Amino acid sequence: MAILIDKNSKILVQGITGKSGLFHTQQCREYGSQIVAGVTPGKGGIHVEGIPVFNTVAEAVHYTGATISMIFVPPPGAADAILESCEAGLELAVCITEGIPVRDMVLARAIQEQSKTLLVGPNCPGVITPGQCKLGIMPGYIHTPGKVGVVSRSGTLTYEAVKQLTDMGLGQSTCVGIGGDPIIGMKYIDVLKMFNNDPQTEAVFMIGEIGGGAEEEAAEWIRDNMKKPVAAFIAGVTAPAGKRMGHAGAIITGGKGKAEDKIRTLQECGVVVSTSPTRMGEAMAQALKK
Amino acid sequence: MMGGHCVVKAQIYAGGRGKAGGVKVVHHPEQASNLAKELFGKRLITPQTGPEGLKVRRILVEEAVEIAREFYLSITLDRESSRYCLIASAEGGVEIEEVAKKSPEKIHVLTIDPYTGLRTYQARKIALALGLTGSVCEDCVEMMLNLYKCCLEKDCYLVEINPLVVTRAGWLLAMDAKMSFDDNSVYRHREYPDMVDYSQLDPLEITAGKYDLAYIKLNGNIGCMVNGAGLAMATLDVLKEFGGEPANFLDVGGGATREKVAEAFKIILQDGDVKAVFVNIFGGIMRCDIIAQGIIEAASEVHCELPIVVRMDGSKVEEGKKLLLESGLNVQIGDNLGDGAQKIVKMLAEA
Repeated sequence: MAILIDKNSKILVQGITGKSGLFHTQQCREYGSQIVAGVTPGKGGIHVEGIPVFNTVAEAVHYTGATISMIFVPPPGAADAILESCEAGLELAVCITEGIPVRDMVLARAIQEQSKTLLVGPNCPGVITPGQCKLGIMPGYIHTPGKVGVVSRSGTLTYEAVKQLTDMGLGQSTCVGIGGDPIIGMKYIDVLKMFNNDPQTEAVFMIGEIGGGAEEEAAEWIRDNMKKPVAAFIAGVTAPAGKRMGHAGAIITGGKGKAEDKIRTLQECGVVVSTSPTRMGEAMAQALKK
Repeated sequence: MMGGHCVVKAQIYAGGRGKAGGVKVVHHPEQASNLAKELFGKRLITPQTGPEGLKVRRILVEEAVEIAREFYLSITLDRESSRYCLIASAEGGVEIEEVAKKSPEKIHVLTIDPYTGLRTYQARKIALALGLTGSVCEDCVEMMLNLYKCCLEKDCYLVEINPLVVTRAGWLLAMDAKMSFDDNSVYRHREYPDMVDYSQLDPLEITAGKYDLAYIKLNGNIGCMVNGAGLAMATLDVLKEFGGEPANFLDVGGGATREKVAEAFKIILQDGDVKAVFVNIFGGIMRCDIIAQGIIEAASEVHCELPIVVRMDGSKVEEGKKLLLESGLNVQIGDNLGDGAQKIVKMLAEA
């Protein structure tokens, strides 16, 4: 088991002929992921690295049976790429692209919500089920198969956490980078629910950061529903008040967003919170002992 | 033209100007001119500017109107619902956060369905809830619809009118506004970079922006270069934990390249407060030997003799470490995040 992806996942790559699309396709394949198709409009019919390229997602699905998409399409066309994979009825679309305008994502998200396709990202490192399937840009070698589920809205901080888990002998079931943009597909709770129901996952490590109220929301869900121990780290305890956050956004989230508030809420909800980014692995070990 | 009765408003990239003396009513042209002279070049310190304040380079002079009522109106992005929402308040001209705390019942929030957009009847409900009637109510409805249109067309995170006033003569007027644009949309709004008032930004932040680096100046003396925003924040946290004071937040981007690393290094060293540099790159797929070359090139180019600690992880990490240690720079290698932070704090203390 594991969640979202495993060794049987058949993947197509949207934007496979771009520089990073091609590079990461190769990296994922080396890890063992089954990349069965690529999609680049106008380049249908060619092969890259032996992988057939199609003009549309629907064609790629028809000829290869792919059920999952990894998206590297540049920002101007990325929201469209997400919608195309939704219309083709894929199980999952993982959008790596960074820099999609928020207006495009508001509409794409509204349509995706009504479809059967799950969305991870955008602006995320992707999803990996160690030892089975890598779908994203994370370095495979830091991961090891095991029983800890990881969910994070950060990129490289997740690599740091995973490395600490691996160094402590705590392997991972699946690691999901949900992305750092204001508008994303799956949120913490969506992933936590899946980990809760996954027999392989025995505990969860959650990585958050300042801003928004997603961590608080997740904490309350954990308190009420989670059957497995959870440890967490929140980055930004010492960060100065955010420069980018507009005023009005803070009203809706009720003044949430500070690291201290997030940490306190998580602790109150029974989550072991690592007070230092150097002790994330230890926090997980401690939560497992409880 | 305005008969001498006007409001003089300092235009800076921050709110809370009124209390800081940046917004004043004057009754004579000479008074206006004196006030403008006083304001130009002055650093205005408000709760949103930080202690160093922001320099006033532009001033808005506006006709003073007799105000009957003041409101707040904005359209902004709500992360939780993944939708735009309209926020209106029966109390305007003051900080909206204060209103939200003290009298939340005065605030009306409407989540906008992206399929239908903001509808006239929805806007009217809000206008009526604000206590508007007759033609002013209809004017307000039109304004809300236009505000939503503007938000979409201009790719805004926030479009805010505060205060929106009804004058004693019964006119609906937007007296002040704030807009914040989505950085990701600049490719379809080529005019945006030209609209920036660069005097409002830190010069190093401007340079960093040109290279697509996220840089924020802080008050300490340890320059930091990290890839990824989350890891960058965690790096500041760990430096503080070991008694260090970071001089900046700098994110070179998740997939750090040699060019970006070199530019970032130069930007850090342009800050005169920097007495040591901590580099934390979790390259993953990026090759550490290439990152190391970027650091060495940049450090040699600017003749950097400051203590440096580099913590790297990723492929070819041993090659990268070797290059650094043989470079002749005053550099040590951090074996992990904690070890790196401890080492730079120690090197700085001994320097």
